[in-house]
Amino acid sequence: MEQLIQVVLSGLATGSIYALAAIGFTLIWQAAQTVNFAQGEFVMLPAFFVLIGINFLGMPLWLAMLFGLALSVLILGVAFKRILVDPLLSHGGLSLIIATMAVAILMKELVKEFYSAEAQPYPALVPQGAWDLSGVIISLQDISHLIICFVVIVGLTLFLDKTKVGRCMQAAAQNAAVAEILGVNVKRMILYTFVVNAVLATLASFLITPVYLAKFSSGEYLGLIAFIAAIVGGFNQVRGALAGGLLIGVLDNITATYITAEYRQAIPLLLLIAVILFKPEGILGKPEGRAV
Amino acid sequence: MKFTKRNLWLLIGLALLILAPIGQGRYIVYTLTSWLVFSIAAMGLNLTLGYAGQISLAQSAFMAVGAYITALLTLNGIHWIVAMPIAVLSSFVLGLLIGFPALRVKGHFLAFVTLAFTTLVFLVLRNEDWLTGGPYGLSGMPRPDFGLFNTGKNINFYYFTVFIFVIFSLLMYQIVRSPWGRAFKGLRENEIRAESLGVNTRRITLLAFAIGSAAGGLAGSLMTPLVQFIEPGSFALLHSLRILLMVIVGGAGFFFGPVVGAGVVIMLPEVLRFTEGYYLMIYAVTVVVLIIFCPKGLVGLGEIISRKILKKKEVRKDFEQGAKL
Repeated sequence: MEQLIQVVLSGLATGSIYALAAIGFTLIWQAAQTVNFAQGEFVMLPAFFVLIGINFLGMPLWLAMLFGLALSVLILGVAFKRILVDPLLSHGGLSLIIATMAVAILMKELVKEFYSAEAQPYPALVPQGAWDLSGVIISLQDISHLIICFVVIVGLTLFLDKTKVGRCMQAAAQNAAVAEILGVNVKRMILYTFVVNAVLATLASFLITPVYLAKFSSGEYLGLIAFIAAIVGGFNQVRGALAGGLLIGVLDNITATYITAEYRQAIPLLLLIAVILFKPEGILGKPEGRAV
Repeated sequence: MKFTKRNLWLLIGLALLILAPIGQGRYIVYTLTSWLVFSIAAMGLNLTLGYAGQISLAQSAFMAVGAYITALLTLNGIHWIVAMPIAVLSSFVLGLLIGFPALRVKGHFLAFVTLAFTTLVFLVLRNEDWLTGGPYGLSGMPRPDFGLFNTGKNINFYYFTVFIFVIFSLLMYQIVRSPWGRAFKGLRENEIRAESLGVNTRRITLLAFAIGSAAGGLAGSLMTPLVQFIEPGSFALLHSLRILLMVIVGGAGFFFGPVVGAGVVIMLPEVLRFTEGYYLMIYAVTVVVLIIFCPKGLVGLGEIISRKILKKKEVRKDFEQGAKL
């Protein structure tokens, strides 16, 4: 029983980080109707920006993190939108999806070639250590991750629902033409969405990299999990992505502990196929459009 | 067969295929063979992507299915000519099973489901040692021997692959030209209109995907005797992306586009060898540049250029528009 509580708790902590990446993914889907196949690399890259700041520019951790965040917003947010998304959006989703796949390869290779192919240690953001609550060992890191992600997601939801910019972003995502007529600068809102996605990916990167180490290939699995979390939870909902992320985090941990470590990676995939088969709009999603 | 300009070009192409390996070393012959094998896989994917407009990331997984089934059967003494149809049929059936749920819903779900499938296949191949040899893979598969014609020698195997490739291309051409094939195209151009004209879009898309998957199985089935060593890593997700790139680079929706694309993607590492580790980077940038500036691929680019140079009779502009209405 104690073990189960521990396994579920740490699953929730990892799942909440997956959820950050998954939320960015759904936001981009809503705003630009495209699938970002480089989302995992978007989570991998900021950690290397921070490492560059620390190891090559001699920055303290907090400054390096600000540096990483700024670079991510510029490169993964603004530049990605301006250089790749703008010229390709009119060609339809297919070209953009393939272009993001190429970008994913490019990012991985750049890190592998110019930083290192080896996994790099990464400074922890939150205190290590554990509490012992009558037999249940609770890791401080897990608890802090959960709290940080919770605060970020609540903050994002408030931003989207309560502020003018957030509501304009939602309007632009729901119906660009009508939003435009009502005076919303749709292009700017789409740009904001990409910036928000870059920030979320960066936060996910700062939280997950101390656990899994920084490696050029770590984005592959993370990206896949983020897609699956988004689809399982519901592609058109922020809370859907949150639920999907948490569910996968917990399931993943339970499988690895109690069932099979070899096929651990297969569980989210099977979950994905089951959801698409029985409830394609996702657990919390609303049906959208029509079936073919 | 009517003597038209196009048939003349096809004959020249075939003659080049036959003459290409003469006097070349082992390595060139091997590269040419693998170009044809990947062309088959890419032409299959072209049916899914270029004609039916759906992204599949499972072509390497279907190649794996074809390759492993062929390997296991031929290692147990069954002739390739029996093993190949079994491999192709299995890929076709798997394609139907995977495509069915994914194509129930609109959007790019097939991309995700096929992504998941490729990863699952990789895990099974790596973990089930008793069947697949695990990470060490399978080796020592015999090349088919047809009595009078033994494909054991590399050059013979090349001609064998050319033969299969030609048969496959003819079959594909029949499919694309058939009412089915025209329905695929109609679907890509305008789904709603295709549906209103009585095309069962779901069934047609599923069929395109399954036939494309079967082509992947055929390519895998040729891969086994070609390389005579298969392991899970040769069929990982990266290879699905490579096949996808072949289709895009060559020109999705053009019949021989994937063949050109496969040539470029396979030859590019040789050309870029001097860049050493930067190969994949240059590759990725090339793809992005190509997609931004030349979304129709190399064959599309060639068509635009030849139209500009030859100043051929221009199709009326409103006809072009008409296709989109």
